[in-house]
Amino acid sequence: MSEATETTETSEAKQPTRRFSSFLIAIVFVLLALSITALMQAFDLYRRNDLNYTTFMMIGLIGLALSTYMLLQTRKKGLQITLGMQPVTTTILCQKCGFKNIREFQRGDYIFKEAEPCPRCNEKMAITSIIREVKEKEKVREERI
Amino acid sequence: MSSFGRCDALMIPQVPNVAQFGGDTISWIFQILFTLLFVVFVFYGQRIQMYVMIREVENSLLRLRVIRDEGRKTAISTIKELGKSKDDPTNRVDQFLEYVAFAPESMDPAGIVWKLEHLIDVQEARYKDEVKLMAPEADETQLNNLEGTLISAQVLNVIYKVIRHFYMLGKKTLSLYIIMQIQMILPLIMREAEAWASGLKAFTFGQPIGDGAGALVAAKLMHGHEIRKIAKDMVAATVPIEDRTAYVLKAEGPGATPGKPGEAIKQVIEENEGKIATIIIIDAAQKLEGEKPGDVAGGVGVAIGGPGVDQFKVEETVLKYKIPVNAFIIKEDIGDNVSTMRKEIFDAIDTVIERIKGLILERTKSGDSVIIAGIGNTVGIGQ
Repeated sequence: MSEATETTETSEAKQPTRRFSSFLIAIVFVLLALSITALMQAFDLYRRNDLNYTTFMMIGLIGLALSTYMLLQTRKKGLQITLGMQPVTTTILCQKCGFKNIREFQRGDYIFKEAEPCPRCNEKMAITSIIREVKEKEKVREERI
Repeated sequence: MSSFGRCDALMIPQVPNVAQFGGDTISWIFQILFTLLFVVFVFYGQRIQMYVMIREVENSLLRLRVIRDEGRKTAISTIKELGKSKDDPTNRVDQFLEYVAFAPESMDPAGIVWKLEHLIDVQEARYKDEVKLMAPEADETQLNNLEGTLISAQVLNVIYKVIRHFYMLGKKTLSLYIIMQIQMILPLIMREAEAWASGLKAFTFGQPIGDGAGALVAAKLMHGHEIRKIAKDMVAATVPIEDRTAYVLKAEGPGATPGKPGEAIKQVIEENEGKIATIIIIDAAQKLEGEKPGDVAGGVGVAIGGPGVDQFKVEETVLKYKIPVNAFIIKEDIGDNVSTMRKEIFDAIDTVIERIKGLILERTKSGDSVIIAGIGNTVGIGQ
C-alpha cells in the first residue's frame, strides 16, 4: 500500500513523509464516485417510496466514509517529532537577604554554583535549583481511582 | 413526495436502477459478499493482522530513526563546540555508537562481581579516553557530560537497531509471533527511547536529571562543609546532624557521573572500623503507574541501582559489621529518570532530608556515627 520514505535528516530539517501510489488514489476516487452514485440512487428510491433505498443509503454512506478516511490518510502529515528542549528554569538565591532571581537555564549552570553578587545586599548568590516544569494533562478520572 | 418537490429541480443524474433486479438479487449479492469476506478472513485473517502490526512497527521504527539521528547529530555538534578538535569527530562518534561490551561468563558464578567490576572499569576508562580524543579542549566536567551525551546516543542507536532487526526478521519470515512480540512491547520501548532522547539534551547542557535526586539530597546536606575526595569520582563530607556525626557521600559533580558509591561506603565503614550506627541510602526509583512523581518511600536495604557491583560491595561490608541499612526512594517515571529534573522531584528533596533527620533521631543515639549516601548521576549538581 503506502510506503514511508527513508530519510537520514533530522526532525528539524526534514520530516519523513508518506508517499501514496497513484493507483491507490485512483481506487479511492472510484470508490468515492460509486458511493455518491449509491447515495443518489437511494435518494431516488426514497422518492419513489421504494424501501430498498436503505440498502443503497447504507452502501453509499459506508463507501463515502471509507473513501473520505483514506483520502484524509493521504493528506496526513508524516511524523511530527519534536526533540526540542523543554523550558528549564534556574533559580539564583541570596542566602543572606533571600533575594531570588529566576531565569532561563544557561549552559554552564549547575546547582550550588556561585553566581553574580546580590543586587540588594552585594552578597554572593548561588544557584539553588534547576528545574523543568511539566504541565500534566487533566487526569480527574485517574485521580479518583 | 411533496417535501421532495424542490429536489426535482436539482437535475439528479439518472443512474441505472439497480433495485429493479428485486430484493432477492441484492440479498444474493450481499450473501456472496459476506461469504467471500468470511472465507478471506478465515484463510488470510492472520496475514491481514500481521500487515497491520508490521505497519505499526514501521511507523514507530521511523520515529526511532529520527530520534537516533537527532541524538547522533546533537552529540557530534556538541563535541565540535566544546572539544574544538581539529579533526572531524564524526567517524569516532559513529564508532562509539557501535561500541560493544561483553558480560563475563556466568557458568561458574563465584567471583563474577569482581570480573564485572573490572570490565566496567575498563569500559569507563575506554570511554573517557575516546571522549578525550574527540574533545581535547574540554574540561573534566564537560568530558563527563560529553560521555553522558554519547552514552545516550549509543542507547538510542541500540534501541533503533534492535527494533529494526525484529521488524526486518518478521517481514522476511512473515512470522506473526516475531512481529507480535515487538508490537506488544513497542509502547514501552518508545517511552524509553523518548526518555533517552530527552536525557541526551540534559547531558548536552549539563542539567540535573531525575536520577540525580539522591545525589541532590547529599549535596544539600554537605553544602558549606569541608569536602574531601574518597573513592573514584566520589566526595564525602563530615556533617553534624542532630548531635550525630554524619558522613555524607555523593558522586563528584557537576559532571555526569554516578561515581562508585559502593566503594565509598565501604571505605568509610573501614575507616571507622565498622563503628557506624546506621547507613541511610537515598536513590531515585521507578514509580508505578498511578503513583505521583516525587513521592517518597522509606524502607530497608541497599538502594543502589546499576549492574549490582556497588550494591554487592555494600551488602558484603554491612554483613561483616552487622550495620543496619535504611533506604529512601524518590519515585519517578521512567521518562523523568534521565530527563531534566522536574519540579515535583526537586520539591521532594526537603521531604527526604526531614525524614532522614527523623530516622536518625529514632534509630541512633546521640554521639553515634551514620553514613548518608546520595546515589545517582550527579550531572548539573555541585556540592
